[in-house]
This record gives sequence, C-alpha cells and structure tokens, in this order.
Amino acid sequence: MNVHATPMPVTPPATVLKVEGLKKHFGGIKAVDGVSFHVNEGEILGIIGPNGCGKSTLFNCILGQLQPTEGAVELDGEAITGLFPAELNRRGVSRTFQLLQVFPNLTVRENLILAGQEHQGSMMSRLFGPKDAGLSAEAEKMIGFFNLGHLAETKAGGLSYGQQKLLDAAMAFMAGPRLVLLDEPAGGVNLTMLASLKDRLEAINREQGATFVVIEHNMDFVMSLCTRVIVMAEGKVLATGTPAEIRANPAVIEAYLGH
Amino acid sequence: MSRASIFSRIDANLATILIGAAILWFAPAGLKSYGLYVISFWLVMSIAAMGLNLTLGYAGLKSLAQAAFLGIGAYATALITAKGGIAGATWSWPLAFVVSGTLTFLAGVVLGFPALRVKFHYLAFVTLAFATLMFLIFRNEQWLTGGVYGFSNIPRPTLFGAKLNNDLAFFRFVLIVSVLLSLAMWWMLRSPWGRAFQALRENPLRAASLGVNLRNYTLLAFAIGSAYGGLAGALYAPLVEFIDPAPFAVSASFVLLLTVVVGGQGYFLGPFLGAAFSYVLPEVLRFTGGLYLLVYAAMVLILLLISPQGIIGIVEKFRERRRQKDAQDQRDASKAMLGA
Ligand SMILES: Nc1ncnc2c1ncn2[C@@H]1O[C@H](COP(=O)(O)OP(=O)(O)OP(=O)(O)O)[C@@H](O)[C@H]1O
Ligand SMILES: [Mg+2]
Repeated sequence: MNVHATPMPVTPPATVLKVEGLKKHFGGIKAVDGVSFHVNEGEILGIIGPNGCGKSTLFNCILGQLQPTEGAVELDGEAITGLFPAELNRRGVSRTFQLLQVFPNLTVRENLILAGQEHQGSMMSRLFGPKDAGLSAEAEKMIGFFNLGHLAETKAGGLSYGQQKLLDAAMAFMAGPRLVLLDEPAGGVNLTMLASLKDRLEAINREQGATFVVIEHNMDFVMSLCTRVIVMAEGKVLATGTPAEIRANPAVIEAYLGH
Repeated sequence: MSRASIFSRIDANLATILIGAAILWFAPAGLKSYGLYVISFWLVMSIAAMGLNLTLGYAGLKSLAQAAFLGIGAYATALITAKGGIAGATWSWPLAFVVSGTLTFLAGVVLGFPALRVKFHYLAFVTLAFATLMFLIFRNEQWLTGGVYGFSNIPRPTLFGAKLNNDLAFFRFVLIVSVLLSLAMWWMLRSPWGRAFQALRENPLRAASLGVNLRNYTLLAFAIGSAYGGLAGALYAPLVEFIDPAPFAVSASFVLLLTVVVGGQGYFLGPFLGAAFSYVLPEVLRFTGGLYLLVYAAMVLILLLISPQGIIGIVEKFRERRRQKDAQDQRDASKAMLGA
C-alpha cells in the first residue's frame, strides 16, 4: 500500500471499527484484558499472538457471540456492544470462525445462498420468492472466484479441508460485507491454496473496498497480506505497527517471533 | 442435480405428492368403509406428524405436545361444527379449520417465545407441561369438552351443499386437504426458509453469524409445526365423529414423536412412512391381539438400531452406496483415460 510521503490535506480514513478497553474474564482467566484498537476503512489489519492470548475471544466479544465483561465496541461511530450476531451481520459485518464452520449437508451452492439470503428482502418475500432468493448468479460468481467451480453441487461435508476453508471464507463475502473478521483463514490450508486465498482476499479488499481484520499464525501470510498488525500477548496489546515495524520490534521478537 | 442436499431432492418429493395423490384418489374406490377409514386416518396423522417433522426434524426443536395440538384442533372443530354448526352447515367446517390452525399457531408462539428465550431445550419441558395441562382440560372441563364421556355426533363437512356422508367422498376431501397442506409445507421447505430451518438445526452459531434470526425462525418452525397439528385435528374430529381425551394424552404425543423418528426426521416424506408404521400397522397387527404393542415396540427398536435415520434412512443408505459406486466408476473411467 502506498504511504503518502508528504502530508496532504486529505481527510483521514474513516474509522470503521473501534474497540475501547475491552475485557473478557472467564472466572479467574483474563482472556481479554483491556484491549483498544481501531480499524480504518479499507484496511487489512492483522492480529497475531501466541496460542491462548485471547484473539478469538476478542472476535467473539466484538461480534456478539460473547458478552464482554467490560469495554465498548463501535461500528461507524455507533455503539454495537452486546448486539446479537445476526443483527451485526445484517449491518454488514461478517466473520469466519477458527474452527471450520460450513454446513456439511448443504451443497457448496446452498451454503453460499444461505450466507446471503437473509440480506435479501423481507421474511415474507423470502417465503414467497424464488428458492435461491435471487442469489444463484452471485453464488456462481463466488464459486468461480474461489475456484470451487466443479464442486458447486457437492455437499460441503464432502470437500477437502482446504476447500472447506475456502468455502467458509467465500460464505463470509456473500452478503457484500463492509467489514470481515477472519479467524485463522489459513490454518491447515496448503501452500498453493494459501496463495490463492491471499490473492482472493486482496482482490475483494481492492474491488469491493471491504475492510478486514485477520487473526493468523502464519507469519508470511500475515506480513504479506496486512497493512497493519496488532500483536497480542496474555490478553493485552503488545505492539501495533506496519509489518516491517513489527518484525523489528524487540518486545515482539522476545515474546513471539523469537521462537 | 438430484444429488446432495435435501433441497435438490425436494422436487422428487413434489412428484411423489402428486403421483401419490392421483393413486389415492382412484385406488380405494373398491374399499369398504373400514379401509377408507384407515387410509383417511393415516393421512390425518401424517399431517400432524408433518408439522412435528418441521419442528423436530428440520429445526431440531423437541416438542412433546403434538397430540395436544391435534386435540385443540379436534375439540375446536367439534364445538364449532356440532349441532348444525355456529356458522351454518357450509361454513362451519372452514371456520373450524381456520380457528384450529390459528389457535394452535398462537399457542405455539405463546409457548415458544418464553421457552426459546431461555434455552432451546426448555421447549421440551414447556411443551410437556402444556400437553399435560391440555389433557386435564379435555378430561375435566366437562361443560366444554364432554369430559371422559367425550363429544359425539361431530358432523362431516358439507361441500357445495352436499354433506360428505359418503365415506369415499369424505376420504377424497381429506385427501385434497392433505395434499394442499403437503404442498404448502413443500413450498416452505424449498424456499429460503427451509434452508434457514436446516441451518439453525445444524449449526445455530454459524447461522446467526450469517444473519439468520434464530428467534424468528425457531419460533416460526415451532408455531407452524404446531398449527399443522391443529389443522390435522380439524380433519380428525369429523373423521372419527366422536372424540374423547384419550387420543390427545401425553402418551399420544410420544407416539407422534416416535412416528417422526421412525419415518426419518428431516425428510419430507418421512411422516407419511412413519404414520403408516404407527397408525396403519397396528390395524394389520390386530390379529396378534394383546401382543400388538409388544410387537410394535420391538419393531421400532429393531428399525432404529438398523437405521437411526428411520425408514427413509434405509432408502438413503442404498442411494448413498449407489452414488459412491457411481463416483468410483467415474474416477476409474477418468484414470483409464489419463492412462491412455
Ligand atoms: N468459554 C471459555 N471459558 C473459559 N475459558 C475460555 C473460554 N474461551 C476461551 N477461554 C480461555 O481464554 C483464553 C484465550 O482463548 P482464545 O481462544 O481467545 O485464544 P486465541 O488467542 O484465539 O488462541 P489460539 O491462537 O490458540 O486460537 C484461553 O486461556 C482459553 O482457555
Ligand atoms: Mg483462536
């Protein structure tokens, strides 16, 4: 991404997501312990950190799967703390989960249509309208985009792990979201597919202007995909910066990259 | 195209409904009234089971009150249509049908809303309590329901000025209503609603993250499923012409649950098979005398041990094996081609 060398009289990029002092405690475990950060429009923000440092819990608190113990979350300046996941999704925020979550008994196409249908019309129009909710063309596009072409009619449960991972990500994009939170999209995906996944994410970011937050352990993936990276450790933010800055940060090297 | 999900299979279900309806229209012409009664009864219980299949099989909610909903429909219909009917001979049954469906739909909403707010499995307890309560009302509120003596002289509906006293004519009436209700269910399940119901059964967490409003869909699945119980009740009352509380007891709700499971929960045609098993088979097994319940229970047990997915599950197993064989053949063929 280009960084303007000279200060220009442009309005700073709009903040899409803002997290303020977020805490989540499970009994004595402080899984998330006062995390604050923001995400700018069009950004691909990476979150890295050792196992169990609270990354997934942070996502779950932002997206309503868990109630935060403390703290606030804002979407476009509006408080969304504690909203239901379905409501957030309808406001244009979508996600994937760390553990693969496709619907194994639905075909690839049905999975994609499901992922978009609740954004089409009203309850009643969905009952009386076409069975694909008018999304067949969109699903087809997504299937082509993620190279799942020959698998459209296959049950998702019958795909390879990597293919399911691609489908899982594709589902997050069906409704044309503005903000997408991906929890370890590259986990268990082979190198070839990894390259294609990265390529797809970059294309969606560029073409649709979608903003991303990506949790990932794969350093090459994060460092080449993301514009900015947050490092977490033990429920707290350890450092924030560009991939280059993070790589050079002694505290980060000590805590995480060192081993 | 016919592979994979329930949704692509549903058109085969449509064909089955229509062909089945055509066969049933003509087939029983030679049957005596007892035979017609048994088939009519099978259709009525299939509709009740179809509702429960939506609740349990598609949406994954455990309702233990389907027979109570059937009872509400049956008693409402008896009250509305008896003694000349409160809206005249022609309009009393249609009114009773609408009232039965509406009452049970609303009962579904009233029971489901608080239950589903707390936790999904609370619905089982709430419906169990409701089924018990309804049975007590059917039995004890003699002024309304006739109590243990029951409610007799429930008339057959009148269609185009003619009362459907002829058993064949009434059977065909039941058939038409059943087909219409089946078509409505078929339509709903193939619409995006059906997909959402299935999604919330398979993985509510993921479904919610995709914008599926769990509460709305769950409540709808339960209320519509209950309404099918009530609508079946509106056919049940004029079919048997005499109702008492026994067929709407809690144990009857369990038999309906078993019916859905035996047929194959989550399969569109499962309820028809299950109802044949639960309500027609006992008629056939009458010769065993008092042993029939034992034989029936043993058969259920064996069936579910062989195929936890019920009768349809057995069919599916064969189809799946076939599918895999086809796929293997295809792989072999392409391997051969690559080798050449
Ligand atoms: N529901 C829960 N109940 C109790 N403790 C939990 C719960 N969920 C997470 N934790 C704990 O919170 C901490 C953070 O977990 P989390 O899953 O957020 O880590 P993570 O950073 O995503 O790890 P990983 O990289 O392995 O996915 C861990 O110690 C975990 O055991
Ligand atoms: Mg995690």
